[in-house]
Amino acid sequence: MKLKKILPQLATLFVVVLIFGFFTMNAQLNMENRGIDFGYGFLTQESSFDVQFSLIEYSGSDSYGRAYLVGLLNTLLVSVLGIIICTIIGVIIGIARLSPNYLIRTTAAWYVEFFRNIPLLLQIFFWYYAALRALPLPQDAEAIFGASYLTIKGFYTPSLIWENLDIFIYSVIAAIVAIVFVRIHAKKLRENQGKHLPVLNISIAILFLLPLLTFLFGGVNVGYETPELKQLAKTSFKFEGGLSIPPELLSLVIALSLYTATFVAECVRAGIQGVGKGQREAAASIGLNRKQVLNLIIMPQALRIIIPPTTNQYLNLTKNSSLAAAIAYPDLVLVFAGTALMQTGKAIEIVSITMLTYLTLSLSISFFMNWYNAKIAIVEK
Amino acid sequence: MFKYLKQLTSLVAMVALLFTFTTETMAAKKSKTLKNTQKKGFVRCGVSQGLPGFSNADAAGNWTGVDVDVCRAVAAAVLGDASKVKYTPLSAKERFTALTSGEIDILSRNTTWTLSRDADIGLTFVGVNFYDGQGFMVRKSSGITSTSQFKNGISACTNIGTTTELNMRDFFNSRGISYEPVAFEKADEVVAAYDAGRCDTYTTDKSGLAAQRTKMSNPDEHIVLPETISKEPLGPVVRQGDSVWEDIVRWSLNTMIEAEEYGITSGNADMMKTSDNPAIKRLVGSEGELGAAFGLDNDWSYRIITQVGNYGESYKRNIADTGILPDRGPNELWTKGGILYVPPAR
Repeated sequence: MKLKKILPQLATLFVVVLIFGFFTMNAQLNMENRGIDFGYGFLTQESSFDVQFSLIEYSGSDSYGRAYLVGLLNTLLVSVLGIIICTIIGVIIGIARLSPNYLIRTTAAWYVEFFRNIPLLLQIFFWYYAALRALPLPQDAEAIFGASYLTIKGFYTPSLIWENLDIFIYSVIAAIVAIVFVRIHAKKLRENQGKHLPVLNISIAILFLLPLLTFLFGGVNVGYETPELKQLAKTSFKFEGGLSIPPELLSLVIALSLYTATFVAECVRAGIQGVGKGQREAAASIGLNRKQVLNLIIMPQALRIIIPPTTNQYLNLTKNSSLAAAIAYPDLVLVFAGTALMQTGKAIEIVSITMLTYLTLSLSISFFMNWYNAKIAIVEK
Repeated sequence: MFKYLKQLTSLVAMVALLFTFTTETMAAKKSKTLKNTQKKGFVRCGVSQGLPGFSNADAAGNWTGVDVDVCRAVAAAVLGDASKVKYTPLSAKERFTALTSGEIDILSRNTTWTLSRDADIGLTFVGVNFYDGQGFMVRKSSGITSTSQFKNGISACTNIGTTTELNMRDFFNSRGISYEPVAFEKADEVVAAYDAGRCDTYTTDKSGLAAQRTKMSNPDEHIVLPETISKEPLGPVVRQGDSVWEDIVRWSLNTMIEAEEYGITSGNADMMKTSDNPAIKRLVGSEGELGAAFGLDNDWSYRIITQVGNYGESYKRNIADTGILPDRGPNELWTKGGILYVPPAR
């Protein structure tokens, strides 16, 4: 009886191993015939190509391994920015779709239908080339708030120059720890004595006051560097100094967030609508005010519906960020599975690393969201 | 008597069978790619995604260019019809994988011959059909007339996955100029971004610059700077491991160049059959048995010349007459001051 159950499983496993083995052998044989070596040794070799935009120090004299890291960090940057912005827009639009105001409701509906029904790659091209066509050349750019410039070569804004930045960061960490303790204390107080502390106000006060003290007593100081126009040739200018964000990153983040926000908005709307009307009425009948109804009754239940499908959208956004290659944003695909692959010719190695990386990224996001979902799920008693 | 006859016929039949068997296996041994190509009835050729003069498709989907002509020459030699080519447009990034994985049999896509490509990744370069070098394009209005006027912070648009990216780094580093490389996957995207003003300069092979300039919204606003910063010998590539196929592609290209050297054109090839010069007669197939070495008939080179033309005709038709590079520069025959020099076909 047991054998009958195991046998088909074993047979399937055998077939899978056989198929996998066949392809591996075939690849090995073909590579041998064509004199292609297999190996990951190239990762330590000098890459000898430069990358436009990097979060870490990198130049062509660094290794392919470091080039991989540059690409990975750029992918992470776009993904994180995209996830944050698409969540903000998505929540706003999702709630707006349920607004009693006709204009707001309809505008939100139009937004969702418009942006989610146009292929993402087209939207990326639109934002990139539209931006390139519409933005002024550096020498024609008008200052925004006196010192920022949005030009065809990127967005330039003053950068902060910190003195004793480490002390400031420690103070922020200390503030966060303090807030956690305040919350724990407040919870105890509420459960044991029924007293309500104004937790939010206290938290904000700590978060601002503690770092502020470091300015007064810790020797922390902040200055800034403004971008300045520099002439390269008769009609060719650029901004130097300050913080510069390349137009490729800007348009990619805009396109990804606007596109994914439509799906997030639908998740949010579905989540809120998924909470029964009776819940709201019951909550009101035991004397909770509107804010409490939303915070304590509606949102905890809505979130349970919202989180799982939103996780999918975050995963999609991360994977879609690989379309960056089309507009020269140096992400993992462009730098590593593009330039590095071309220069080394190590197709199988590089593609396998890239696939594993995206798999790891997606699984991490999934893992985190599952953890969060489990945390807010109903605890059956 | 009849008894012997019967035995004799069966012996003859057996010998004949054995003979056909051995000749067939020999042909198969010679070149798997050749056999497959003849079986399929077309040459599988990897080309660019559109580079005027080299490989470019018109609105009707007809491919033209000097790179395309190499594939057409091989089709004429191997299949007897230059039009029997299946073109696969490839980005710089995809090209080598497409070739090594067997999706195409010839890569004729303005590809630079370098040591690492030749030795490391299972490719074999068979020759050079265009001697090129990397250059820079700038807007005329910028007033830049030489690369010595480049300043720190210049932004340069280019393609990914090319030798261009490496040369660019060598160039700027050796001059101590900091630069912003903006690298796109497709040539069209590079052109669009440079044209819009994203970059101060656009760098790639000079022939490429000249060809892409024709795609700009206003070609007259741009100039190609005189400096050449690298050697870029462009040529067709085949997979490593099929030396007969490699020879066929190499000598198809060489035939075109040698035909020009001897003044054989698509127009006069028939008359040349009765020439007094044995070198000419060998090229048009009226003397010698050159084709047999590849397992081809003796008219293979004649078909290349009549159907595709010699190198000079191909250059004139695709590059000179289209206004891309009217001056042949180094791509002139060695007898006329250029560096085109191929081993003799004999």
